[in-house]
Amino acid sequence: MNLFRGVVETAQVFPFPQVLNEEQKDNLKMLIDPTARFFEEVNDPAKNDALEAVEPQSLEGLWELGAFGLQVPQDLGGLGLSNTQYSRLVEIVGSHDLGVGITLGAHQSIGFKGILLFGTPEQKAKYLPRVTTGKEMAAFCLTEPSSGSDAGSIRSRAILSPDGKHYILNGSKIWISNGGLAEIMTVFAQTPVLDEKTGMERDKVTAFIVERSFGGVTSGPPEKKMGIKASNTAEVYYEDVKIPIENVLGGVGQGFKVAMNILNNGRFGMAACLAGTMRAVTKKAVDHATTRLQFGRRIDSFGTIQEKLARMSTLQYVTESLAYMISGNMDSGSTDFHLEAAISKVFASEAAWTVTDEAIQILGGMGFMKECGLERVMRDLRIFRIFEGTNDILRLFVALTGIQFAGAHLRELQKAFKNPAANLGLIFEEATKRAIRSVGLGSPPSLADYVHPNLSSSAALAAKACYQSIQSFGQAVEGTLIKYGRGVVEEQFVLNRLASAAIDTYTMIVVLSRATLALQSGLPSAHHQELMTKVWCSEAAERVAQNLGSLRSDRTLENFSTLSAIAKHVCENGGLVHINPLNF
Amino acid sequence: MIIRVKPDKTGVVTDGVKHSMNPFDEIAVEEAVRLKEKKIAQEIVAVSCGPAQSQETLRTALAMGVDRGIHVEISGTEYDTLQPIHVSKILAKLAEDEKADIIIVGKQAIDDDANQTAQMTAALLDWPQGTFASKIEKLNGELHVIREIDGGLETIKVKLPAVVSADLRLNEPRYATLPNIMKAKKKPLKKVSPKDLGVDTTARIEVLSVEDPPTRQAGVILADVDQLIIKLKEGGHVQ
Repeated sequence: MNLFRGVVETAQVFPFPQVLNEEQKDNLKMLIDPTARFFEEVNDPAKNDALEAVEPQSLEGLWELGAFGLQVPQDLGGLGLSNTQYSRLVEIVGSHDLGVGITLGAHQSIGFKGILLFGTPEQKAKYLPRVTTGKEMAAFCLTEPSSGSDAGSIRSRAILSPDGKHYILNGSKIWISNGGLAEIMTVFAQTPVLDEKTGMERDKVTAFIVERSFGGVTSGPPEKKMGIKASNTAEVYYEDVKIPIENVLGGVGQGFKVAMNILNNGRFGMAACLAGTMRAVTKKAVDHATTRLQFGRRIDSFGTIQEKLARMSTLQYVTESLAYMISGNMDSGSTDFHLEAAISKVFASEAAWTVTDEAIQILGGMGFMKECGLERVMRDLRIFRIFEGTNDILRLFVALTGIQFAGAHLRELQKAFKNPAANLGLIFEEATKRAIRSVGLGSPPSLADYVHPNLSSSAALAAKACYQSIQSFGQAVEGTLIKYGRGVVEEQFVLNRLASAAIDTYTMIVVLSRATLALQSGLPSAHHQELMTKVWCSEAAERVAQNLGSLRSDRTLENFSTLSAIAKHVCENGGLVHINPLNF
Repeated sequence: MIIRVKPDKTGVVTDGVKHSMNPFDEIAVEEAVRLKEKKIAQEIVAVSCGPAQSQETLRTALAMGVDRGIHVEISGTEYDTLQPIHVSKILAKLAEDEKADIIIVGKQAIDDDANQTAQMTAALLDWPQGTFASKIEKLNGELHVIREIDGGLETIKVKLPAVVSADLRLNEPRYATLPNIMKAKKKPLKKVSPKDLGVDTTARIEVLSVEDPPTRQAGVILADVDQLIIKLKEGGHVQ
């Protein structure tokens, strides 16, 4: 993402991707109603939650419906949906039952996604029909007791058998979604790999397709959880499991890459799913706000409620735009969407939490009651900020990847200076860019050429705010790099601010793009979209300015070290240091 | 969905309204599919009379297990005034063309609740009819149609070919699965016009005016029965 260099690669965001051809649209339209109907008439989220499992007839219904193989090619029994089509259908799932959403997602978004992405033709032909029409559940098995966010540190280990035909796997995994039900698992384990440079053997992560029926695979009881209770979460143990060598997925020693790619490829789905959740939750809040009378007035006539509803609607709009922007780019062949996908996961999970929290607030006591169904959604949502890469780790990932990119770019510049004559053009170009930046003028990269006139003129603020954010963002990254050099990796207080600014800036561009499309196509909701985009850009730009400003402020930097000291004291003390005002 | 009367009072606004299969027809389709699964029926043809959106309805039927569809295209004002008599003539003609053995229809549509098509079709074809079926069995080359009547169940025997209309408890229709919906796109769907079938769909009725139901007057809460009697007398409701 060139954002980190202070420019926008407009081709990646403008125009808003519209990747479905007529046939794909037709197909998708036909699938929407039956899917929605299934969730309205057959599946019962409250029952699933109470049962702590998806009701048997509902699970069977989902298999029959074809919901477990949405993206599996049609000739292998699936529906062969594109990422965009998938987004639309999981929106429906997310609006009804997140527990079922995780059961489906753990199966196809990560469970067998590795086979779709990295499988050999033989592996695909063998396994994809089984996990689609064969009704065999899949799971993604990475996390271990001592290895959560630090996925490279897993201890499960697979060694080649003496005859070279099998890997023998030993180890255990925890908190595996579908772990107690899965027959087909994508398992990550260390394998000894010969380092060609040093000639030494070193452990590297390899991905395997493991069948429960290989023997030696057992799983623990379903974990008791705060939310997504309907989905099965369990420990899985591997004891001398014989895995045929042809079940290595994506190459020996390539496991880390496989794991990251699977997760990256699945993240947009979470944004799509949660966009559906927010739509449903907001509907409940609106239904209540427009009928509830207090002090003789409908409560939607109060500014307090209006602000909540407007923000809920806008957060959903941003999340949904992210989901379809990313799935659209993926469908048109982009392979460079890791940062954007990470942003969508962080944004969606936090937005959904806020929106649901506010929905409960609007409903007041009624929202707190189980009957209303919102408390379940709230519990279900909590995990989304934790699993598939915690938001904290993803924020650092966003900041560091961006900085790395900007850093590499700066290195190119340094090289160019070593041979000034040959690279005059490059230096000249950079010098001009910087000069433009430093005087704060400049048109490149003008978004005005891309956004709808409504958004660039009457709502000039939106585009301008976005543009300014992009510029100051590039400068801040540069400044940070100059200040900390390589040490920036340790500066998490700083990195988090950069990440927040990156997220705000990217979301601004995305909604500008979507609103522009809406205005250009004259959608009935275009004006409404324009309003949300205006207010989002205006406020996001303020946050960007504050976050980036804090990096240059001595007072903020001092606060960072003070906060660090406070945390240190608390940890040394094994809890809070202060006693209550009574001092006993 | 808020139902609104058109400003010119010729009907209600149907723009953007989703078209879906009439629930009783869904039961009829399900029964046909079951008859085929029991190897009683050989082939199932679904018919829908209406505008272009009717094809979506036919696709649903195809996804449920129907073999092919016939879309009788009727749109605009002709569609607005389409009556059971027209549909019956179309079905009768198609039944003859297709050499159908059984016609199964829903007992009534849920928009106009006319409940006439099965009866009229049987009359036009001079076939026996078994309406409001809650169970269908084939015994000795005859169809036994069980109907829910006041006081119990009635079984009537009809010889084939026959017309049957489906009641609510005949079966619980299956859900069209997503893979079947995709596959249904490849099943044959023929489009014909009433003219092709030699059926005249000229309006037999004229809509003079469609009115909103009168808005309900606000009520008042009265202190006691005496007040109530006074009010009732004032309103001329009691002497």
